[in-house]
Amino acid sequence: MHRLTLAQIARGLAAKDFSAVELSDALLARIQQLDPQLNSFITVTADQARAQAQAADARRASGENGALLGAPIAHKDLFCTKDVLTTCASKILHNFKAPYDATVVEKLAAAGTVSLGKLNMDEFAMGSANESSHFGAVKNPWDLSRVPGGSSGGSAAAVAAGLIPAATGTDTGGSIRQPAALTNLTGLKPTYGRVSRWGMIAYASSLDQGGPLARTAEDCALLLGAMAGFDPKDSTCVDAPVDDYLAALNQPLAGLRIGLPREYFGAGLDARIAEQVLAVVEELKKLGATVKDISLPNMQHAIPAYYVIAPAEASSNLSRFDGVRFGYRCENPVNLEDLYKRSRGEGFGAEVKRRIMVGTYALSAGYYDAYYLKAQRIRRLIKNDFVQAFAEVDVILGPTTPNPAWQLGAKSADPVSAYLEDIYTITANLAGIPGLSMPAGFVDGLPVGVQLLAPYFQEARLLNVAHQYQQVTDWHTRTPAGF
Amino acid sequence: MALERSDVEKIAHLARLGLDEAEIPRTTETLNNILGLIDRMQAVNTDGIEPLAHPLEATQRLRADQVTETDRRDAYQAIAPAVENGLYLVPKVIE
Amino acid sequence: MQWETVIGLEIHAQLSTRSKIFSGSATTFGAEPNTQASLVDLGMPGTLPVLNEEAVRMAVKFGLAIDAELGRTNVFARKNYFYPDLPKGYQTSQMDHPVVGKGHLDITLEDGTVKRIGITRAHLEEDAGKSLHEDFHGMSGIDLNRAGTPLLEIVSEPDIRSAKEAVAYVKAIHALVRYLGICDGNMAEGSLRCDCNVSVRPKGQEAFGTRAEIKNVNSFRFIEKAINHEIQRQIELIEDGGKVVQETRLYDPNKDETRSMRGKEEANDYRYFPCPDLLPVVLEDSFIEQVRGELPELPGEKRARFESQYGLSAYDASVLSASREMAEYFEAVQAACGDAKLAANWVMGDLSSLLNESGIEIEQSPVSAQQLGGMILRIKDNTISGKIAKDVFKFLAAREGATADEVIEKKGLKQVTDTGAIEAMLKEMLDANAAQVEQYRASDEAKRGKMFGFFVGQAMKASKGKANPGQVNELLKKLLEG
Repeated sequence: MHRLTLAQIARGLAAKDFSAVELSDALLARIQQLDPQLNSFITVTADQARAQAQAADARRASGENGALLGAPIAHKDLFCTKDVLTTCASKILHNFKAPYDATVVEKLAAAGTVSLGKLNMDEFAMGSANESSHFGAVKNPWDLSRVPGGSSGGSAAAVAAGLIPAATGTDTGGSIRQPAALTNLTGLKPTYGRVSRWGMIAYASSLDQGGPLARTAEDCALLLGAMAGFDPKDSTCVDAPVDDYLAALNQPLAGLRIGLPREYFGAGLDARIAEQVLAVVEELKKLGATVKDISLPNMQHAIPAYYVIAPAEASSNLSRFDGVRFGYRCENPVNLEDLYKRSRGEGFGAEVKRRIMVGTYALSAGYYDAYYLKAQRIRRLIKNDFVQAFAEVDVILGPTTPNPAWQLGAKSADPVSAYLEDIYTITANLAGIPGLSMPAGFVDGLPVGVQLLAPYFQEARLLNVAHQYQQVTDWHTRTPAGF
Repeated sequence: MALERSDVEKIAHLARLGLDEAEIPRTTETLNNILGLIDRMQAVNTDGIEPLAHPLEATQRLRADQVTETDRRDAYQAIAPAVENGLYLVPKVIE
Repeated sequence: MQWETVIGLEIHAQLSTRSKIFSGSATTFGAEPNTQASLVDLGMPGTLPVLNEEAVRMAVKFGLAIDAELGRTNVFARKNYFYPDLPKGYQTSQMDHPVVGKGHLDITLEDGTVKRIGITRAHLEEDAGKSLHEDFHGMSGIDLNRAGTPLLEIVSEPDIRSAKEAVAYVKAIHALVRYLGICDGNMAEGSLRCDCNVSVRPKGQEAFGTRAEIKNVNSFRFIEKAINHEIQRQIELIEDGGKVVQETRLYDPNKDETRSMRGKEEANDYRYFPCPDLLPVVLEDSFIEQVRGELPELPGEKRARFESQYGLSAYDASVLSASREMAEYFEAVQAACGDAKLAANWVMGDLSSLLNESGIEIEQSPVSAQQLGGMILRIKDNTISGKIAKDVFKFLAAREGATADEVIEKKGLKQVTDTGAIEAMLKEMLDANAAQVEQYRASDEAKRGKMFGFFVGQAMKASKGKANPGQVNELLKKLLEG
C-alpha cells in the first residue's frame, strides 16, 4: 500500500479496495517501524490522523469523492497546526503548540487529507542538507550515510521512503526542488504569491513559497490544486483563479520550446549529471519539443544577492522569538537583555544565528546601500534575464543541483560550500517564477533531478511537461532499497 | 573589509544573540567567509537599475475596517512562558 | 547672550479606526489586558499583516487638509529594535516613502498674528503595547491591547520658536484631527502624544544647536512647561561651558524637569528596510478625489466664513472655530435665535465660563444649544432682560427647567411691561426717596444725569430686575419732570 501514489489512492478509496483508516494505520505502522533510520518526522499525530481518516471515510460513505479525500500526507514542521507542536526544527519553538492552522493546512484538511504528522527540516528552513535541525539530521533513504537535501529534507525522505505518498514543503532558495532532486521525487515551487503564506513560519518573506513534494507530477498537480489560491490574510497572495492542473497534464508537448541556459552547464556541474539532463532533453524532443540555447547572464550573481536578501529578511522575521509570548525562554533571566540574549542564543542553532548576524549586518547603518539595495538591484537583473528568456522559450530546463547527495557532515564545517549548491535553484525565488524538479536518472545509485522553470503562474505547464516525461520514462518509479 | 571581533560583538548585540566567548573567533571567521561570498556582488554593474523588493511588483490590497477578532487570551497565553493577571511577564523594564 | 529656541514636534495621533492597522482586533481603550491582542498583534509565528483601508483614508484626509503632497506610492518599512512592548521585534512604519509629504498648517498666536508652520511629513505606523511597572515579583507586565493601533506620526519642520508657539501648533493639530474625525484627541488616554525636539542657538546664528528630544508629553500644559524647562536647561548648560548631547529625555511633571532616558539611545541602529510582508500602497486618483469629497469644512475655512457670514470679529471667529464641537454648538445657537452676535457673546461668555468652572467639554454642556438659543430669543423679544437672562442660564445649567420659557414661568422671571404696574411701582419708589427727588429737581442737566442712574437702580431693585428697563427709563423721566 505504501507504494501507491495519491492518484492511485483516490482510485483505491473510491473502489473501496481499502479505507482511509486502513491506509493511514498501515502508514503509521510503517513510520513507527522505519522512521528511526531516517528521522524524517518530528511529531507523529496518530490520534488526529485516525480521526481525520474516519471522517474522510464517513464523507466518502455519504457520497463525496474528492480526489484527496482520505489521502495521507504530512506537513513540513513550519506550517502552523492548531494545538500540535510546530517547531521549525528549532529549540526556540521546541514547545510551541500553534494556536491556529496555516491556510495550507486548513485547505488540505478541508479537501479531506489525513495528516500523519510534522516533518523534520533544516532549522527555520535555513539549509540544504537538513543537518541543522534541533531534532537531528535527516538521512537520505537512498543512502543512509548521505543527506536528503534541505530544507524540506524530512518531507523528501518520508515520501521517498514510502512513509507517506506526498508532503508539503517550502522553498525559499530551492528547499523543495533540491531535496526532491536528491531523493528521486517531483517537487514544485509555485509562483510567489500563488500559495498563501499565512501560518507558514517565515524565513525570508519575499522568497518563501509553499508547495508539494510527491512521487509524480500528477500527485503534485493534485496537491497544488488544493493548496493554491487567494487568501485575504496574506497581502502578497495573488487574487487570480487557480488553473485546472490535472486537466493540463495531458496536453501534448508538440511545439514546446525548451531553453537550455548555457550558464547551467558550466563549471561546477558534475559531468554525469549533465549527461542525464541532456538525456531528458532528448526524450522531450521525441515528444515534440524543440530546444534552444539561451543565456541567463546574471545567474552567477544570484548566490551573493540571495545571501544578503534572505538573511536580511530573516534577521527581522526572527526577532519575534524573544522568550516573551511563546517558545523557549532561558532559565532565570537577570534582566531584559539577558532574557533576549540567552533565550535567543540558546534557542537558535549555529546556522540560524549566522544568518541573523549576516542579515543584521547587511541592514545596519552604513552598509544598507552596499549590501541590501545592491542585492535588490541584482534581483531585478535576474528577473529581467528570465523575462527576456521567456520571450523566446516556454520553459527553461537544466540540472536542479550541481552534485548528487553528499555525505552527512561533508559540508557542515564550511557553510559557503553548502550555499554554492543552491546555484541553480535560487534564481527562481529571486525572480518569483515557478520551478519544478523531477527525477532524471541516477549517478552512482544516487538520484539526479532536472529542473524546469516557467513564466509566472504557469505551474500547469511545468506539471504538464513533467507528467508527459513521466509517461514515457520510469525513473520516478524507482524506489530505494530497504524502503 | 573583514569583520573584527568587536564588529561581531556589536552585531550580536544588535540582534540580541548571546554568544559564548569561545564561539566568537570561529563565528568571526565564518561570517567573513560569507561576506567574502557576498562581496562578489560589488563587481556587478547595477547603474540605473531600480531595486526589486517583491518579485511580482503588485500593490497592497486594503482591508475593510471591521473588527473580526474575538478575545482568545486564554488560548494564546496557555503557550506563554510567564503570565500573570492576563499580562506577559518580563524582567523589569526600566525607563 | 541672546538665545533663540528652535523646536520641531513629532505628534503621534491614534487614528480612530474600529480595528487595528494590520489586524481585525478592536481598538477600544481600557479593555482587560491582552483581550484585544490577536495572533497578528502578538507577533505569533506565521502571521501576516493586511492594511486597514480606513487608516489610509484618514491619513489621506489629513494630507489633503494640510495641503500636502501625497505619497502616491507609499511604502511600509520595518524599524527593528527589541522591546517587550514591541511583539515582533520591529515596528511597521514608513520611512523613505510616507503617505503624506510636505504640507503646512497656519496657527494663530496670542497677539492674533498668523504663522505658517511647515509639516515635513506624516506617516502611518503601528502603536506599541504597554509595559506596566507595578511589581510582579520584580517583573514588569506587558499588555499588548494597544499594539497595532494605527498611528499617524506628524512631523513638523523646525519652524517653532517658543513653547507658546509649540502649544498653539499642537492645539491646531488637535483641532484639525478632530475636525477631520480621524482622532479623538484624548490626550489623557494617549490618543495624541507629542515628542518635542528642542535646541537653542545664539540669536542670529544660522546653524541649529544640538537638540534633545523630550518624549511623550501628554498635555498642552506639560508641553509648555517641558519645553521651557528644557530651553532653560540647555542655555544654562551652554553658558556654564557645557555641551548639549543629542539624547532622549523624559519630562517629569511632578518635579517639573526633564531627565535623560539612559540607554535608550545607545547605539540605536534601526535597520529600516521595506516590509516584505506588505506591498507598496498606491493612492489612485479616484480614491483621493473620493476622500477630498468627504472633507469637512476646515478650521481656517470656517473662521473666514464666520467673519463674512455672521459679521463676527476675527478674534471671535477664531475662538468659535477652534474646535469642531464649539463651532457646531455656536451655529446651532445662531440657528435657533437668529442673532449671531448674541449667540457668540453667550457661547464665549457665560457658557465658556460654565464649562471651565466645571471642567467639562462643550459636548457635555448641561445647557444645550437649543436651550441657549431659545433663551436668547426671549432676550430679543423683551420677555427677559440680559441681566435676568444670566439667572435663567444658571437655572438651565442646574436643570431646573427644560426650556428658558419653562424657567421664566416657574421662577416668575418674566419682565414686567404693564405701564400701569411699572408706574405704580415707580411712584411708590419716588415717594420713599422724596429727598432725592427734591434734590434732582433742583439740579442742572449735568448733575441730573448721574442722579437719574440712582433712580433706575432703585427701580430695578424694587422690581427685582423684572421691570422692562426701556419702560422704566421712559416713565421715570416723565415722573421726575413732574
